[in-house]
Formats: sequence, structure tokens, C-alpha cells
Amino acid sequence: MTDYVNYTTGEPAVDGKAPAGPVHERWDKRRFEAKLVNPANRRKHTVIVVGTGLAGGSAGATLAEQGYHVVQFCYQDSPRRAHSIAAQGGINAAKNYRNDGDSVHRLFYDTVKGGDFRARESNVHRLAQISVEIIDQCVAQGVPFAREYGGLLDTRSFGGVQVSRTFYARGQTGQQLLLGAYQALSRQIAAGNVEMHPRTEMLDLIVVDGRARGIVARDLITGRIDTYFADAVVLASGGYGNVFYLSTNAMNSNATAVWRAHRRGAHFANPCFTQIHPTCIPRTGDHQSKLTLMSESLRNDGRIWVPKAQGDTRPPNQIPEDERDYYLERIYPSFGNLVPRDIASRAAKNVCDEGRGVGPGGQGVYLDFADAIRRMGRKAVEARYGNLFDMYQRITDEDPYEVPMRIYPAVHYTMGGLWVDYDLQTTVPGLFAIGEANFSDHGANRLGASALMQGLADGYFVLPATINDYLARNPHQSPVTAEHPAVQEALAETEDRLHLLLAVDGDRTPDSFHRELGELMWEFCGMSRTDSGLRKALERIPQIREEFWRRIKVPGTGEEFNQSLEKANRIVDYLELAELMCLDALHRAESCGGHFREESQTPDGEAARKDDEFAYAAAWEFTGTGKAPVLHKEDLVFEYVHPTQRSYA
Amino acid sequence: MKLTLRVWRQKNADAEGAMSTYEVDAISPDMSFLEMLDVLNEQLILAGEEPVAFDHDCREGICGACSLVINGDAHGPERTTTCQLHMRSFRDGDTIDIEPWRASAFPVIKDLVVDRSAFDRIIQAGGYITAPTGSAPEAHATAVPKADADLAFEHAECIGCGACVAACPNGAAMLFTSAKVNHLNVLPQGAPERETRVLDMVAQMDAEGFGGCTLTGECATACPKGIPLVSITGMNKEWLRATRKAGKR
Repeated sequence: MTDYVNYTTGEPAVDGKAPAGPVHERWDKRRFEAKLVNPANRRKHTVIVVGTGLAGGSAGATLAEQGYHVVQFCYQDSPRRAHSIAAQGGINAAKNYRNDGDSVHRLFYDTVKGGDFRARESNVHRLAQISVEIIDQCVAQGVPFAREYGGLLDTRSFGGVQVSRTFYARGQTGQQLLLGAYQALSRQIAAGNVEMHPRTEMLDLIVVDGRARGIVARDLITGRIDTYFADAVVLASGGYGNVFYLSTNAMNSNATAVWRAHRRGAHFANPCFTQIHPTCIPRTGDHQSKLTLMSESLRNDGRIWVPKAQGDTRPPNQIPEDERDYYLERIYPSFGNLVPRDIASRAAKNVCDEGRGVGPGGQGVYLDFADAIRRMGRKAVEARYGNLFDMYQRITDEDPYEVPMRIYPAVHYTMGGLWVDYDLQTTVPGLFAIGEANFSDHGANRLGASALMQGLADGYFVLPATINDYLARNPHQSPVTAEHPAVQEALAETEDRLHLLLAVDGDRTPDSFHRELGELMWEFCGMSRTDSGLRKALERIPQIREEFWRRIKVPGTGEEFNQSLEKANRIVDYLELAELMCLDALHRAESCGGHFREESQTPDGEAARKDDEFAYAAAWEFTGTGKAPVLHKEDLVFEYVHPTQRSYA
Repeated sequence: MKLTLRVWRQKNADAEGAMSTYEVDAISPDMSFLEMLDVLNEQLILAGEEPVAFDHDCREGICGACSLVINGDAHGPERTTTCQLHMRSFRDGDTIDIEPWRASAFPVIKDLVVDRSAFDRIIQAGGYITAPTGSAPEAHATAVPKADADLAFEHAECIGCGACVAACPNGAAMLFTSAKVNHLNVLPQGAPERETRVLDMVAQMDAEGFGGCTLTGECATACPKGIPLVSITGMNKEWLRATRKAGKR
């Protein structure tokens, strides 16, 4: 075992920005106490925003509307393609339009509970408050949400809750919300307030005199590496699920921006909190390049089951009703098929481990719409889920109206991310992280339809209010130039890294390393984790890293469009981040939310939290590649939602 | 499956391009078209050659990045995106031609990758509703008839992939532009900018060098999201209405 596991514990992490007082007054209080920047002075400030998904797109547009000069980056060819676009199901908001007992407090409560008591109460309450404004904002932008015949907005239910608060646009809610933000951003680009750099990837953070002052980025078309300077830097670069190689993330979603920021001093919180989504299309073979999610909304009407008997290979329609096990309805009668994601995923794994899985390799369970079609008719099912059914049929060549869908859990979202305070500022002054890139709102498990809510809350409403305070308190930062030693150093490190990748000229492709790392992580740091398994992974990762730098083969040059070089460079960072994820999972010897340690479970196999030992967020400080990091604990205090064993039975 | 691929290779925007021929073997019918190209690229890297560059990202048919002309058809033989096309649509022993989008407003960057930034500039010209953050009224303040909301949604489904332009014999961008005009102009929230939106977007579309529309309908046939041809008629109507109104002012 390397000495990487011998981490030390440093000073506690302290959120110096969260106001005290009643939870529902904290956001107002913070906004009032935060300093403002005079509108005339705003144009003198430049803010860099990395990423154009829901968080980055909405932040860039809003900061520009306020008068700041925004310089924005995305690796895609257009800001409209950020992976938020693939979110299907919906966005939560405590509007209580259904009059079904919903409220800001209930959304707050559900989110803290759903996150298995590992999120910050202050942040979650703010999120629930802002949720209602988001819907107003998006409707004003022309987002075509689903509507009732009376012309008012429709809602549906999602996992982990008993009210209907999820607003949606068929199975393309993420697309429609993202286009709304993209269009707002486009308006600001046209107005000259946002300088947009598509096909440009951030490769390092520039820190001058302890403050984030810019980034190093590579133009993916010409290969040119440039430096960009600003008064503050906002990372909205998404999650790190692609560490696992196979995930529902886009192929090019990556962790480089957050990992490079971590290397420059930003603490990384709860890296082991990853969400495995229960309803994805099972893999078909070794060629698989990504996994496709089937919206959780399908669990509203679909029923999940497996055969009662092990190794039952009969086609589903030949298995009589009394030989089927609708296991979620059996184990969790009050939430049934709508239990939270972590619970549904683990239950699917358990029945498959028992030898009752269906489809090739027994790695699948049925999601059956036969009852729904009988109850409301094929037309109604089509109206609700038509595009999802089409997508399923295209991928699997099976008709879900006739045969039940086969689904299996897959890596989907990462609750961990850069540690941020209430203002969404990282431990590097002037560096902010929003959306999936930060860790703040979902604890150990994110509820369905809450990622869109958080991304837009951060981008439209939270960051634009809190970043003022930072800029107002640092109004006259001295200009940074390319000659500054810190800039030269960041630039040289980036260039050296790319040169080295090209120079190795080994005999293995970038993908072969990525797959190998992904399989290791899925096996030992996936749905179920053990002390011995994590130690094995921690033994193996440095070996893969060593082999990577000996055997990687990247064709072409750095001065051109080179997708192999892009991939290889991202894998460099995955190979370090994976190690931290395993260490975090190893140190957290409890089960909570998506983090399931086999050693810590209740007699009936549910996650057993250990609040006495682990009611904290783990913020890790980087000390060097392969070197033991320093752990900073932020104690979580629950004044309003008392931690209990989650029960969905 | 064993396949012969004839692929457009072009080093950069200024270089001459040409078709190159490659063989791939052991292709499973369950692979997506892009996974088949992954197999080719792994093969090429190990052989010391440069892999084929192509745009792709979500691989679930929604981001609009993928953009290949396959055997002469934008996105290939099925009505879907290239990433959602599966190898079961082909036969063992087939020869498949793979080219980039062909349109003067979409210059080639490398191999199968083209520059579609003209689409972004069309949106920047007016493809939005002016609603600065914080200014929105309560969402239920304006009811929108379900039929209008559904119609707006149908047009809003456009993923901006550019298949409509690639399929059009004139290289026109009418379907892309009209989808956004219809999406926003049908909604009450879009009404105040109804005229300027269509006029500015059409002007930008023309300035980008897209061809004229002769209503051949190839665009709607190629569209993976099923944006209907009447979308163009709708935009023409909006444009005429806006032009007449502008003339009266």
C-alpha cells in the first residue's frame, strides 16, 4: 500500500459566509449584508466563466445583464451543446400549484432527507426558496413547459417525494431550460457583453498572490494555448462521472477544470459521493462507449420487477403474475417504485446479485408499462413518454409498448465537487464553483429533478448576488500580465504536460487506459464499497498511472485539432481524481446515500449512517500527485431537519 | 460484421481533402455508428496513423454535435442522429461512405468536423426573448393555450445539428431558423419582439451565406427531430407580416 492512505487531518473547514438566525431569513440577510458594486463600476470588472451548461449559461447571461464584462469558455462547438441538454425528466419547484401540501419548507425537508443528512441546511433552504423564481424566469424566456388544457403549467411526481412538484417539457426538460439560458447568453454575446470562446478548453487555473486571476486554455481547433485574465473565475464545468468511463455523461464531459483548480489550492469535498441512476439501458457489449439514461419519470407509471425464481430465462410475457417479484413495491410499500435513486439502484443490484437479473448477463431488471397501458391507454402513455420509448427502441431494437424495458443502474451524477462556502466561493479567493462542479446542495444523494434546479439557482440567482461582495471588497486588483511568474509557471506546466503526452509514443491508446480505470472504479468504488476493495483500487491506481506515462500513444501534434490529445490530457486528471475518490470512500466508514459501505448496513440491508463519527463534509487539500492529502472537516449542523434513519417503507 | 469505409480525410481547413478507404472487422449490430468509428480509430492509433476526427458528445441524440453524411444522407439511412444510428441498419460486407456536412456556410475544420458557428450567430441576431434575470412575472400570470404550448415545443425541439442544411441542395438554413422563429413567436411571451426577431434572424441567415429556399423539403426529411416543413411556411408568413408592418411605420 502506498502512503497515500495516510492522510492527515488539518484545521476544520469553516463556512464563514452562512448567516446565523432563522433558516428562512438567511438568504435575505446574506444578500443584504453582501456589498454591492456600483453599476457604473461593474463594466470595469472582468469575470471568467468556464462552461455553458445550466449553471454557466445562466451565470454568464446574468452577470452580463448586470453590467460585468464576461469572458466565457466551452469545449463544445457551441454553448448550446453543454450536457445539461440531456437532462430528461424535469425541474422541481415549491410552487404548490397542485395544492397537495407542498411548500418551500417541504422541498427543503425532502432534499435534506433525500441527501441522507450530508448537505448543509442553509444552502438547501436557499435552493428551495429560489426554486419558485426559476420557473417564473424560464417561462418568461419562452421555455415551453408542458401545460394543462386550461393553459396552466403541468407537474408530475419524482422519486423520494410524495407531492407533484416537477415541471417538465416532455422528456426534454434539460434541453428546453438550457436553450433558454443559451438564448439569454446569446443576447449578451450579441450585445458585446460576453466574449464567447467555444471549442476552447480550460487546462489550468492562474492564481496570483493567493487569488484566482485567470485561466490557461487551449483552442481546440488550432491547438494554441493562451492565458486569460480576470478579477474572478467561475467554474461551471460540471461533474466528474466520466472517471468511470461508462456513465450517462457526454463523451467529452471531464474533470480537468475542477481538478486543476484543486491542484492550485481549491479543496475538493466528498469526492466519493457519486450517484448511480437506477433506470439506464443495460450495456450490450465491450464496445459500449456510454450509457443512456431512461428518465426517472418513467417510474411514475412503470412497475419494476424480476422473476421470483433464480435463472428464470422465460420471456417476460410468459412469466405469470404470481411468479414476478415487484420488489420495490414489496420492500417499500409507501413509496413503491418512487423510492430515491440510491435505494432503487441498490435494490436492482441486490436482485441481480441473487441471480434474478434479466437480459444478457443477468444485468438488468424489467420496467413494465403493461399495467399503465391497460389503465390509461397507449395514447396517454405515448403522450407522456413517447420520445423516451422511441429512444429505447432505437437503442435496443425492442418495442417497450410490447415488451417490458430492461434497465440497470449506471453512473449519472456526482454530488461531490469543489468545496464552496455559502457564497459559492472555493477555498481560493476569487474562485467560485457553481452547479454540479460544487458539492453544496445534494449531500450524499441527489433527488430527481434537483440538478436542473440547482444549476439554475446558482447561475441565475445565487452567484450573481454573492460575487458582488467579492468584487466590491477587492475593487482595485492590480492588473495581471503574461509576464507574471505565476502565469508563466501555469503556462509552462500545461505546455510541458501536453508535450510529454505526445512524446511518450507508447503502445496503448487513451481509451484503453480510460476503460481500465473505469472498470476498476466501477468494481471497487461503484454501487457497493468495502475496505479491502478500496485498498485494492488504491494499490492499483498509481500502477495504472505509472503505466500510462510509459505506454500512452497520442498521434499527431499539439498545434492542431487533436482529439486524442484532448482525451489523454483528461485521463491524466482522472487518474489522480480516482485516487482521491477511493480514499474518501475508504475514510468514510459509514453508509450514506449513494455511498454504500458493506460493513455499515442495517439488518435488512439498508444504508447505516454513523452520525457520531461522520456528520461532516470532507474537504480534501491537495499536497502533490500520489501524496497523502490533508482532510478538513466541516461539521454539519441540523437545526431543522432532525437526522433519522431514512425510511421509505 | 465486416465493413469497408470510405472516409473523407482533410488535414485542416486549408488542406485539400480526399476519400480514404479502411476496413473494419468484428463490428456488432448492437454498436452505434459512432462506436463503429471508435473501433476504426483505435485501430488507426495503434497503426501509427491519425484517427478520424468527428464531432460527438452526448451520444444520446440530443446535443446535436454529431454530423455525418452517410452514404449521401445526413445522419444516414434512419431518421435519427448519427449517434443513435445502429449498425443493425447495415449489412455484413457493406461499403459505407462517410463525409462531413457539405455547405459553404459550414466550412470543414478537419476530416468530418465542420464549423457551425453561423447557427449561433443567427440565434444571437434575435432567437431569444428579452427577459433579464429577476424581471419575470409569476409563471401563472399568463396562461398559454395548450395547443400553442405544444406547437412551440414541437419547434423548440430543434437540436441545431445542421442536418437540414447538409441535406438541402441549396445549403439553406430555413428550417433551423424557422424552428426558432416559430417556437418564440407562437408564445405570448415572444410577442413584443415578434417582428424584429424574424427580420433580424432572416437577415443574419442571409449574411452567413446560406442558400435560398426552393421548398424541396429535403431538410424536413433529414431532420432527426421531425421539425415539419410547414415551419418554413410559418416563418415566411411571419416575415411578410413583419415587412408589411415595418413598411407602414
